[in-house]
This record gives sequence, C-alpha cells and structure tokens, in this order.
Amino acid sequence: MKVSITINGTTQSHDVEPRTLLVHYIREHAHLTGTNIGCDTSSCGACTVHLDGEAVKSCTILAAQADGGTVTTIEGLTKNGEMHPMQKAFMENHGLQCGYCTPGMVMAAIGLLNENPKPSEEEVRLGLEGNLCRCTGYHNIVKSVLAAANK
Amino acid sequence: MIPAAFDYKRAGSAEEAISLIGQYGDEAKFLAGGHSLIPLMKLRLAQPTVLVDIGRVKDLSYVKDAGDHVAIGALTRHMDVEKSPVLAQHAPLLAHAASHVGDAQVRHRGTIGGSIAHADPASDLPATTLALGATYVVQGPKGKRDIAARDFYKGFLESALAADEMLVEIKVPKMNGAGWSFQKFNRRAQDWAIVGVAAWRNNGTSGVALVNMGSTPVLASAVSSALSSGASIADAASHAADDAEPQGDLNASVEYRTHLAKVLVRRALEEASK
Repeated sequence: MKVSITINGTTQSHDVEPRTLLVHYIREHAHLTGTNIGCDTSSCGACTVHLDGEAVKSCTILAAQADGGTVTTIEGLTKNGEMHPMQKAFMENHGLQCGYCTPGMVMAAIGLLNENPKPSEEEVRLGLEGNLCRCTGYHNIVKSVLAAANK
Repeated sequence: MIPAAFDYKRAGSAEEAISLIGQYGDEAKFLAGGHSLIPLMKLRLAQPTVLVDIGRVKDLSYVKDAGDHVAIGALTRHMDVEKSPVLAQHAPLLAHAASHVGDAQVRHRGTIGGSIAHADPASDLPATTLALGATYVVQGPKGKRDIAARDFYKGFLESALAADEMLVEIKVPKMNGAGWSFQKFNRRAQDWAIVGVAAWRNNGTSGVALVNMGSTPVLASAVSSALSSGASIADAASHAADDAEPQGDLNASVEYRTHLAKVLVRRALEEASK
C-alpha cells in the first residue's frame, strides 16, 4: 500500500506492506537511522519520535496508521546547523553515555516540555518513565532536561 | 519483530467498521491505538488476517457530561482521559487510573475502548470502570446495546462483545464527591500491575475492583458487602481475595498476590475514607 508521511518537513511516499512499522518506514524507507530500535516491545523508548506533535513509540505504530501524518525524528531537530536546546543541554550536562537511548530520550524530553514547560525533578523522572537507559545514566539525563527547561 | 502479514482496511465511521468486520469474520480485528494488539501480533500471540483501522473515527473521541454520568467515546486516548476536566470533576478515579497506564508515549496512542475491548485482567481501566459500575455501549449491524461492566468480562482476553460488534462508548456514573483510591503495585515504573485496586466509598456504598487477580478484572463484592454491614476497613480488606482466583506467574505466586490484594485494598479503603 502507498503511505505518505511528512518526515522532518519533507513529504515522502513509499509503497510498503501493511505490516510495516513506523520505525522501519523511518529507518529503511526514509533512510533516517538516527531513530534506534531497542526492545521492540514498546518498553524502552529508544524508538521515540513525534507523530503529529506528540511523543510516540514508533515500534508500536504501523506506518499505515501514520499515513498523512507529520513525524519529527532526531535528525529534524537541528535548524541551520544549530542543535536544538535539548540536544545542547544533553551535551553540556553529559546526559549521554553510550548514546543508544539518546535520540529517544531527547524526543521524549522535548515532548515532556511541550506539555509541561517547567517540570519539577520528580515530574521529569515520571515523564521519562517510558525511556530506559541501560548505562543507568538517569541522573545527568534528568539534569539535562531540567537545564533545558530553565533556558 | 514484524507482525505476520495481514490486509489493512481503514474505516471512516463506526458503521463502516462494523460492516468491514462483518465481511471478514473471525479472522479480522479492530485496530484502535494498537498498543495492546500490535505487541501481541509481533509475538504471534494474535494473528489476524485483516485489520480494520478505526483510529481515524474521530467522532468517537470525546468526554461529555451526560447528566447522571460521563460519556466517553471509545476512541478517546488515555492522555485525554487523564487530562479531561469533566472527569477530574465527576470521575476523578478514572482520570487518575488513566495516568498510570503505560507511559506518556503509550498514553498518547492507546485508547480507553481498546483497553476495555482487549479485556486484559492486568490492565488498569477495565477494573477501574468495573469498580465505578460503568456501562459499555456496543454497536453491531442491528444497532446499539448496553452491557454492564460486571457482565462484560468472560475470560482471559474474552468479553461479551460479539465478533461483529464494536465498543463505541463508556458510560461512567458520576462519583458525586465519593472518596477514592487507585493502588498499583509493580516493580518498574511503566509495568502492568502485579496487583492493582480501584476503590471508592460514599455514604455507605462502595465499589472495589482488582487488577491482575484472575483471568478477568474482579469486582471485590465481598469487600463492599462487609463494609455495608458495618465491618471495619481491616476486616473488610481481609475479604479482598474472596471473589478472585489469582494465578501465579514470574512476578508473584498465588499466595503473594492474595496477600498483596488484602494489603492494597486496606490502603485503598483508608485513602478513600479520608
């Protein structure tokens, strides 16, 4: 079936099987490999992207469900060579170790601040409950999100 | 993991969805948010050959004050249930329970109707709506009928929905200022409850239901009976598992679940009685 999705401002149409997951559409059809696949069971959040402005787990959405929608991935955050404030905050606060969870963590964190611009530390921890960091680097991730919220 | 191949049909209305599901029969499934179904399909625990996508039936996404109850469209997402001002005022237990479903990403996609129709005893909203005495409105080729939540759950992932029927609305009686509590015991933030309790109390009446204490969500009628005959909270809570037939799994033995149910019902009743 034909599926059209606007990813990072560019509308793309691809002929895909109905069972194609959004994350595979993004990685294998749109060739944007910044979005990682982690657990593949909607637990870890590594595949988090924004669909129509909201953070979602792209491993648990069919590309067909996102047909006609607007997706932002980690690659879509940089504007004119400038990193997004959340990306800068992660860099400045050492909010990543191995980096595997980072794209999903950054997308979830931006989604969180869109809904709650000035969260408390507890609200940040609760808001990121859907994203796992196997390095257990949560302390600096939370610090990064709070720093971004205070900019 | 990628699900097994299936045909994908998109419905623009409830009527179209029901007609499509009737056309394809038992092998077809409705796809709402997909956050229960797609994980099962990846694991081949469900293998429908046709998916009827109802996610775009926007007129089934609403929360309305309907006099003595709140009417919730089946395709209302968990996040919209959680943040609904109407529910905050008239059924705060349900809004709060919705905030415990999965995580933010899951709540952006999963729907209350999908969760109820899926009939997973470990899910939060089937038991919560059961405690609240909700009525589910289902629509089939011959029109709509009401099913009381207490008559809806028939077995593990089995409900009173006929193969050609679709859940379209959840009617939740207004709580009229009742005290309430939602207790969810799990080991990791976003997990399903090992045991959960939804409870409310108001002027001698009460409703208590249990999450993950058997093959269906369980109405703890013995607890409410004890309370209405004047039992103390501790005594009533000792009946928490009387109506349940819990099973053991990796997370908890039958004995541990039974113990947890009693502890959590006591905590829930204490909180609901404040």
